Parts: sequence; structure tokens; C-alpha cells
Amino acid sequence: MKPTDAAILSEVVLSVDSLSTEFTVEDGVVRVVDKVSFELTAGATLGIVGESGCGKSVTALSIMGLLPKPAGRVVEGRVLLNGLDLLLLPKQALQQIRGRRVSMIFQEPMTALNPVQPIGRQLIETLRLHGDVGDRRAARSRGVELLAEVGIPAPDSRLDDYPHQLSGGMRQRVLIAIALACRPDVLIADEPTTALDVTIQAQILALIARLQRERGMSVIFITHDLGVIAEIADQVVVMYAGRVVETAGVAALFANPRHPYTRGLIASMPQLQHVPKSRLPTIAGMVPALSALPQGCRFSNRCGHATAVCSTEPPLDRADMAHGVACHHWRELGA
Amino acid sequence: MTVPLLEVRGLTKHFPVRGGVLLRRIGDVHAVDAVSFSVRRGETLGVVGESGCGKSTVGKTLLRLLEPSAGSIFFEGRDITHLGPAELRALRRQMQIVFQDPFESLNARHSVGRILEEPFVIHRMGTALERRRWVDELLERVGLSSEAAERYPHEFSGGQRQRIGIARAIALRPKLIVCDEAVSALDVSIQAQVLNLLLDLQRDMNLALIFIAHDLAVVKHMSDRIAVMYLGQIVEYASAADIYSRPRHPYTRALLSAIPVPDPIDREARRRARIVLEGDVPSPIDPPSGCRFHPRCVHARPDCATRVPMLEAVPVDAAADGAPDTFAAVACHYWQDISSSIP
Repeated sequence: MKPTDAAILSEVVLSVDSLSTEFTVEDGVVRVVDKVSFELTAGATLGIVGESGCGKSVTALSIMGLLPKPAGRVVEGRVLLNGLDLLLLPKQALQQIRGRRVSMIFQEPMTALNPVQPIGRQLIETLRLHGDVGDRRAARSRGVELLAEVGIPAPDSRLDDYPHQLSGGMRQRVLIAIALACRPDVLIADEPTTALDVTIQAQILALIARLQRERGMSVIFITHDLGVIAEIADQVVVMYAGRVVETAGVAALFANPRHPYTRGLIASMPQLQHVPKSRLPTIAGMVPALSALPQGCRFSNRCGHATAVCSTEPPLDRADMAHGVACHHWRELGA
Repeated sequence: MTVPLLEVRGLTKHFPVRGGVLLRRIGDVHAVDAVSFSVRRGETLGVVGESGCGKSTVGKTLLRLLEPSAGSIFFEGRDITHLGPAELRALRRQMQIVFQDPFESLNARHSVGRILEEPFVIHRMGTALERRRWVDELLERVGLSSEAAERYPHEFSGGQRQRIGIARAIALRPKLIVCDEAVSALDVSIQAQVLNLLLDLQRDMNLALIFIAHDLAVVKHMSDRIAVMYLGQIVEYASAADIYSRPRHPYTRALLSAIPVPDPIDREARRRARIVLEGDVPSPIDPPSGCRFHPRCVHARPDCATRVPMLEAVPVDAAADGAPDTFAAVACHYWQDISSSIP
């Protein structure tokens, strides 16, 4: 690798610094995201993984300024896009950033698409909204190009289709085309393949990887599926009950997971190499409600290694330069 | 050879498609087409495939929650395909089903105790006191405390609700349970708990399971034998131990190679070797001629579009590894050529 390449690779595009988000619910206020920090470098894929309620999707919505109002709000932290704090931007300026610089795709493309508009119109609207193309004809031909780029066959005739006329996989392709219409620097993908069949998931993951390579785009990929993380991520952030519990390069995370939660999560996955009908290691109990979290380490009530010290909050220690772990006992647990 | 617990021959389920102002029948969804298999006591048959392959329809048809269009279902050697309502009710003591969404299948207005007591009441079993004791035993058996009986389904998490669903399914000590995507909605750490529970119950009660899911890793983990379905048909039948190391049908190969593996070290090699299927699954209303997989198959030859491949037993010497009851079958004209051309 030439030094210039290394410089480009390590350039931080998006930096999330101590981000906390709260929601007002029936019985008070819950902190759904608590002091989450990570960095996304140019051209890289950062995977955020965790189970239901870990705060991974709310982290994404906080970055995008798309929290449901008035229930949700960011209460502290910074989100720096090339040094510019998105949390301080006025609404209009943020809208310009969304789509042009940072785009997002979701799990269920049917709800993200307008069901009563042809997909072409929705695609072209995005292009025109951000002022990238002038007249209608130019916009239409750009729309066809984009659909072709995301692998939709016969894109010219597909432009007039409605969302319900497309399969789940095709709808996700359309959503990706819309998200990428204005060539954003960062794509945030929130469980984009979770609702798809596994062979269609493989198509979409390959598509995202190809577009990322061609455009030098950075990607934040949010999923509950450690298998998907292993396939596509360069860096991984593991979240549990609103906090980052571990962060590492993808190879290190799977070869040498440090946090008891990460270890438990990896071990409890059924894998093709396993002997059929063997018992799976499990994590005892279940994720606590956000209104009833244990003091200190939020995993402590399910953790076999927990001691008295775990009732204090563990800092995110550096196991090495690129490997962070928030556990009081990670040293004793060994590699 | 003993009689299998369940035997299915030529099971077919078509749903009419209606159209026009008079809602005339304009076609059929070929949800399940001439599917045959058997399940032995205490074993698990896994059924895997993607959306629209007919796997859930198979499960519902077995329990006669859907009426089969053709074919026969035998339970302990007895033809149950056309049983009347009273006989069917008696049969349900032997065969149960657990669905994906436990919330949907539990009556939200009844306490868990009442939900679990109901099967005993329907079958006029025990006194109120006895039934109460049985409910406590059931809750303990699935890892819930007896206080749960006083509470309502919405007070429980997804994993706990699925435990309640399982408790109800085992209440009458059935011989067979169909699990239809029973763990698909659960987080992985909770999924592992429920999978272990099912394995324990199977061992303790000599339960047969038909484990239907879209996730091949989960199906493989739970099964003795696996049927792979595509567009309403079984395309491959193999032992769970065998299917990963030795897939035979091109669809099974593609399905296996599409599964994300939680091991980043070899991902570049996997990417290169990956068989990414083109396009979507075709419509089951008008399935492709010949082999239904041929439009997406990289190995398809001209006659695959015209000749329908039968599910044929794999010759014994080509089957695996000395296990005497290994049974494998594949529905592909060219599986031997494909297997010899790919390591």
C-alpha cells in the first residue's frame, strides 16, 4: 500500500462523539443511547451490531436528525461530518446534507417508498430536490441510469412501476438508487437485508459492496446478524442496552472477542459447521427494560463473570490500539 | 421396517386465483406440488426454503389447518387426509403446531394459566385442581415460574411468549410438533435458549419435530434430516450432517453459499466462490416448465426447460459415510455431473 492510500484510508469522514439520546415514554424518560462514540473512515464499512433494543437504529436516526419528534431528542454529544457538527445545524441546512452527503436506507423499503407514486417519479424528485439535474428529460435519463446501476433489469420500463409491483429485493434496489442519487459520502444502512430471503440478501450485499468500491463511499451497516457483519464490515461496534460494549476491527472481533456479551453472542449462533442437535451455549436471562437497567455495567445481571465492581460503570478500555472493550474484567478473561 | 410416525404422499395444495368482475377462477397458486416425505418417532425433519417455496403451507396442511388439494397424509399408518371434525380434534392431541408470532397465536385477553388449561378443558381431562397442577408443571417444564399463570401474554417478552406457545403445544403430550418459523422472530441469544428447550423436550418426550424455517443454519442445527424446498417442491432431501459438506442440488448449493458466515478471515475466498442467484423466485401461479429452478440455474441445459426432474434416491454408494439409515434424494437431471465438476 502506498502512503497516500493509507492517508486516504485513515481519514475520518464521520465522527460520533459521546452521543446520548433520550425518549419520553409513558412512565418517564429513558436513555436509549448512552455516550456512544465511534469513527467512520473514508471508504470503509463500519458495522453496528446488537440485539433488539440495543439502540443501534436510534443511533442512526440521531445522526440523521430523523428522531421521532417530540418523543426523542439528542441530549449530548457531537456528530461531526468532515468536522461539521450536524447536531448544531439548522433544519434546512441539515436537509441539504441529508441525501447529498449522508443518505439512509431502511429495513422495509415498502414503508420508505410512497405507495401511490411510480418509483421513477420518487427517484427523479430526489434528484431535482437536490438540484443535481436540470430539466425533466435529463432527470429521467439519469433515473434510468441509476436503476441500471443498481441492477434493475429493463430500467426504462420499470421507471413507471409502482412499489407494490416490485419484489422486496427490487424495492430495496430502488431505495438504494434513491439513496445514492446524489452521490453521498456516507450511506447508513439500517437492517437493509433483514426482510429479504438469503439469496436476495447476497445480491444486495454484493451490490452495496460494488457501489461502495466504485464510489469510494463510506458505509455504516446496522444489523443484528453477526454473519452479515463478518461478511461486510471493516470495523465493528457492538452495542448492548444503549451502550458500546466493544469495538474492534472485524478480524480481531471474531478471532478474539473480549467482552462477555460479544463472546456469548457469537457462541449462541447456530452455525453450519456445528454438529446437528448439539446444545448451544446461551446467555442467561434477557435484555433488561431500559427503565429497569442494572447499575453500572448493563450486562452485569446476565454475566457469569460479574462481581461487585460491576455495579460501577466500566470505561471503554483499550485492549490494544484498535480494540476497545467496556468490561471491568476483560484482562482476567484472557484472549 | 416399522411404520413411520407420519408419512406424506404426493401432498398438493393449490390456492385459486380469482379475477375479473365475476371473480372467476383464472389460475392456481401452486403452493405445494406433489410433496412426499416421512417422519419417524423422536426425529426432526427440517424443511427449509425461501419465501413462496411452500414450506409453511406444508406444515398447515399436515395439521389439516388447510385442506390438501391432493395426496395423502398417514399418521401412525392411518390415513388422516379426510378425517371429520371430531376425529380431527382427537388427532390434535397427537399433533401440534407452534407458529412464529406467539402473540398472534395466544389469546391476549386470557391469562397464561387459562391459555394453558384450555387444551385439558377441550379434551375434558382432570379436575380443576389437577389441571392447575398440570399448568404449573408445564410452566416449569418450559423454564417459566408458576406466577406466570396469573399474567397476560402482553406482559411477556418474545422469547417468553414462545415458551408459553411451546408449553401449550406439549400440554397433551403429542407425538409430533410442527414448528413453523418458531424462532425466526427472536434475537439470537434468546433463539439459542428456545432451540435448547426444544432439543430437551424432544429428548425427554421422544417428540418428533417438523422444523420449518428459512434459516438453513438454524434448520441444520435442529434436524436429523432436511428437505430443501423450491417453488412448492422438494428439490433435495439429505441428512443434516451431509447437506453442508455435500449439497447435491444446484439450488441447495446456492442457498448454502449465500449464507453469511460469522468468520471474516475467509470472506474474500467465499465471495469469489459465492453463487449469487440472478433474479427473483418466479411466480408460483405460473411456475417455470421442466425444472422449476432452471431459469436461475447456472448449470441448466436446454432439456431442463422441458423435462421435469423427479426426486430420485441417491445411490447408496454415493450417499454418505456408512450411517445405515442415511437417505438422500435429489431432483436434478445433472446433479452427478455438477458434483463431479465442482469439488
